[in-house]
Amino acid sequence: MLRTAGRAFVLLLIMTLITGIAYPLVVTGLDQLIFPHQANGSLLYKDGKPVGSALIGQDFTAPGYFHGRPSAAGKTGYDATSSGGSNLGPTNKTLLAEAGQRAAEVRRENGLAANAPVPSDLITASASGLDPDITPAAARIQVARVAKARNLSVAKVQTLVNRYTERRQFGFLGEPRVNVLRLNLALDALTGR
Amino acid sequence: MKINDLAQMGFYLVILVVLAIPLGRYMAKVLQGEKTFLDKVMGPLEKLIYRVCGINPEEDMNWRQYAGALIVFNILGIVTLFILEMLQGHLPFNPEKLGAMRWDLALNTAVSFVTNTNWQAYSPESTMSYFTQMAGFTVHNFASAATGIAVAVALIRGLTRRQAQAIGNFWVDLTRSTLRILLPLSLLGALLLSSQGVIQTLSPYLTVHTLQGPSQTLALGPVASQEAIKLFGTNGGGFFNANSAHPFENPTPFSNLLEMLFILLIPVGLTFTFGHMVKDVRQGRVIFGAALILFILMLALTYGSEIAGNPLIGKIGITGASAMEGKEVRFGVANSALFATVTTATSCGAVNAMHDSLTPLGGLAPMLQMMLGEVVFGGVGAGLYSLLTFVILTVFIVGLMVGRTPEYLGKKIEGFEMKMAVLAVLIPSACILLGSALASILPAGTSSLANPGPHGLSEMLYAFASGSANNGSAFAGLNANTYFWNLSLALVMFVGRFGVILPLLAIAGSMAKKKIAPVSAGTFQTTGGLFSGLLSGVVLIVGALTFFPALALGPIVEQLLMWAGKAF
Repeated sequence: MLRTAGRAFVLLLIMTLITGIAYPLVVTGLDQLIFPHQANGSLLYKDGKPVGSALIGQDFTAPGYFHGRPSAAGKTGYDATSSGGSNLGPTNKTLLAEAGQRAAEVRRENGLAANAPVPSDLITASASGLDPDITPAAARIQVARVAKARNLSVAKVQTLVNRYTERRQFGFLGEPRVNVLRLNLALDALTGR
Repeated sequence: MKINDLAQMGFYLVILVVLAIPLGRYMAKVLQGEKTFLDKVMGPLEKLIYRVCGINPEEDMNWRQYAGALIVFNILGIVTLFILEMLQGHLPFNPEKLGAMRWDLALNTAVSFVTNTNWQAYSPESTMSYFTQMAGFTVHNFASAATGIAVAVALIRGLTRRQAQAIGNFWVDLTRSTLRILLPLSLLGALLLSSQGVIQTLSPYLTVHTLQGPSQTLALGPVASQEAIKLFGTNGGGFFNANSAHPFENPTPFSNLLEMLFILLIPVGLTFTFGHMVKDVRQGRVIFGAALILFILMLALTYGSEIAGNPLIGKIGITGASAMEGKEVRFGVANSALFATVTTATSCGAVNAMHDSLTPLGGLAPMLQMMLGEVVFGGVGAGLYSLLTFVILTVFIVGLMVGRTPEYLGKKIEGFEMKMAVLAVLIPSACILLGSALASILPAGTSSLANPGPHGLSEMLYAFASGSANNGSAFAGLNANTYFWNLSLALVMFVGRFGVILPLLAIAGSMAKKKIAPVSAGTFQTTGGLFSGLLSGVVLIVGALTFFPALALGPIVEQLLMWAGKAF
C-alpha cells in the first residue's frame, strides 16, 4: 500500500513535469514561432496601437458603427474577462421580454416598420458573449443608418459590407458572417476617422 | 432542414471514421506492447520513468492489485490538485494574482478533473491561475483519460485471456496511453488549433483602447495546449467560462470541425482497437455499429428540435433561425446541434453553445445520452468499458429469451458478472435520480435555479446526469458554486466514476479466470447487424425505463407547453 502510494506519487510528479510543464511550454514556444499572430490573440491595430482582437466582439452603440449581437458577458456586455451566455431557457419570460425589447430597438434605430422582421442574431445573446460576428442580414439592415450617420452613400457602405462578408469556410463549413470590428475599422479608414 | 447542414454532418462522420480506423489499429499496437514508430523516442523515456518510480513493467497484476493502484493514483491526484488550487496565490505563472478559492469549490474542482468530468462551478478566467490550469488541470486531463483507457484495456484482457489471474500492469497502461496516444495527438492538435487562432501565451491579460471606447481587457493564457487534450481526453473543461464557444478556444468553423473530430476520434477508434485485441474485427464493428445507431438518433433529435426552433421567439417577427439564443453566428444551428450531440455522446462536456438555452427536446438528447451512461461511443476508455457492460447485459437478456447459455467471446457469463454489470448500470442511475430528487425538495437545491417552470427541473436533472456520467457540461444557469451543489456533485462524480470502474475490474478479473469454450451450434452470434440492433435496443430500453418519468416532467412537458405558447 505504502509502496503503491510512493510509486503513484513519483509517477504523478513525472507526469506533471511532462504534461503539465514541458508540454504547454513546448506548444507555447512552437506557436510563438510558427503562429505568433494567432497565438497572441489575432490583434488588430489602428495607427500602430492595438484596438482589440479580430476574434473578440466589442460593444458598439454609436449610429455610425455597425452593432454586434446582444452580449451577456459581464455586467455591461462584451467583458472579455467574463465570457458566457445568458443561460435563459426557451420558455423563460425574461428571455422573451428581452428579445422583444431588442427587436423594438433595432426597428427604431434603423427606421423600420413596427412589424418589420428583424434578424434573429440581433435580438439573442451569443454563447460566449464575445461573438465577433453578425449575419449578413443583420449587417444589411444597418447599412442605411450607418451611411446616414457618416454622410456616405448607401451603395458605398453596402459595397464595404459585401467585401467584409465571409463566406462559409472552404465553401461549406459554418455559416456566412460579417466580422463587426473589421468592418467598423474599414469604415473608419474610409471616412478618415 | 438544409442540404448544407446535412452535408456538414455527413462530412464530419465520414472523416471521423476514416481517421478512427487507423488510429484504432495503432492504439491496439500500443496497448499490446507491440512495436510502433514512437519506440525510439518514447521507449527510453518510459524505461527511465519506470526506473525512477520503482515500477517493474513486467509485473502482471491481478484485478485487486490493478484496482488498488488505480484508486491510490487517483485519490492522490485529488489531494494534490486540491492543495495546488488552495496554494495557487503563492505559485508562479499567476500574472493576474488570483488567490485561493473556497474549500468546497476547490474540492469539487479537484474531484471533477480527476474523474474526467471537468464540471466547472467557477469562471476560469477570473478564478484559476495559468499554473493551476497547466500543472493541475492539463495534467489530469491526460491522467484521467489514460486511466479510462487503462480500465478498458484491462477489461479486454480479462475477456481474452484463458484461465489467467492477471489483467495487466496499471502503471504501464497509464504511462503508455499518455506518452504514445494522448501526448502526440495533443501536440499535433494544439498546433492545428492555433493555426485557426486559438491563443497560446503566458502574457498577462491585455487591456486595449477599443474602437468606440472606452476599453476592453482580453483574458489570455496557454489555451491551445489545454484545448487539445481537453478534447482528445474527452475532458471538456474550458480554459474560459464560455468553453468552446469562446472565440479564443474555437475561433472558426474549421477549428470547430477539428474539435468535434478530436472529441470522438479516440472513443470511436477504441471500438476498432477492441476488435483487433480480441482478434476478431467484427466484434469491434458490431459495437461501433450499435453506438453509431444511437448517435444518429440523438443527432436527429437535437438538430430537428433546434432547426424547428422556438415559436415564442418566432412570434416577435424575425428572419433567420429562431433558436439563436446561446449560439454563435459562425457555428449557426447545425454546428451547434452537432457539437452538443458529440460532446454528450462522449463524456467530453465541452460546449460551443449554451445548453441551458437549447430548445427543450434539443436539450433532452444531450441529457439522455448522459443518462444512458455515456455509451454512445462514450468517454475515452470509459465509453468502451461501459459499452461492454451493456454487451454483457444484452448477451444475458437475449440468452434468456432464446434459451441459450449466455456467453461472450467464448466465456460463460455467470451470476457474478451479471451482479457486477447491473451494479455498474444501477450506481450512476441511482446517483442521478436520488440526487435530483433531493435537490428538488431542498431549498439549498432549488434556490440555485436560474429558470422557472419545468426548465428548472431540467437544470437539476442535467447537473446530476452530467456529474454522474462524468460529462461536465451544464445547464449553466444553475448557480452551482454553493456548498450544497459543490459537495453533492463532488460525491456523485466520484461515485459515478469509481462505482463503475471497480465492478468492471472485478468482471475483468473473474472473466480472465475462465476457459474459452469453442464456438458451437448453441453459441449466440455477437457479430453482425442483428446484434448491433439488439445492443442499441437494450441501451435505449434500460435508459427509457429508468429515466422516462423524470424526463417527462422536465424537457418533454416544457416542449409541449412551448408549442402551446406558454412561458414562465
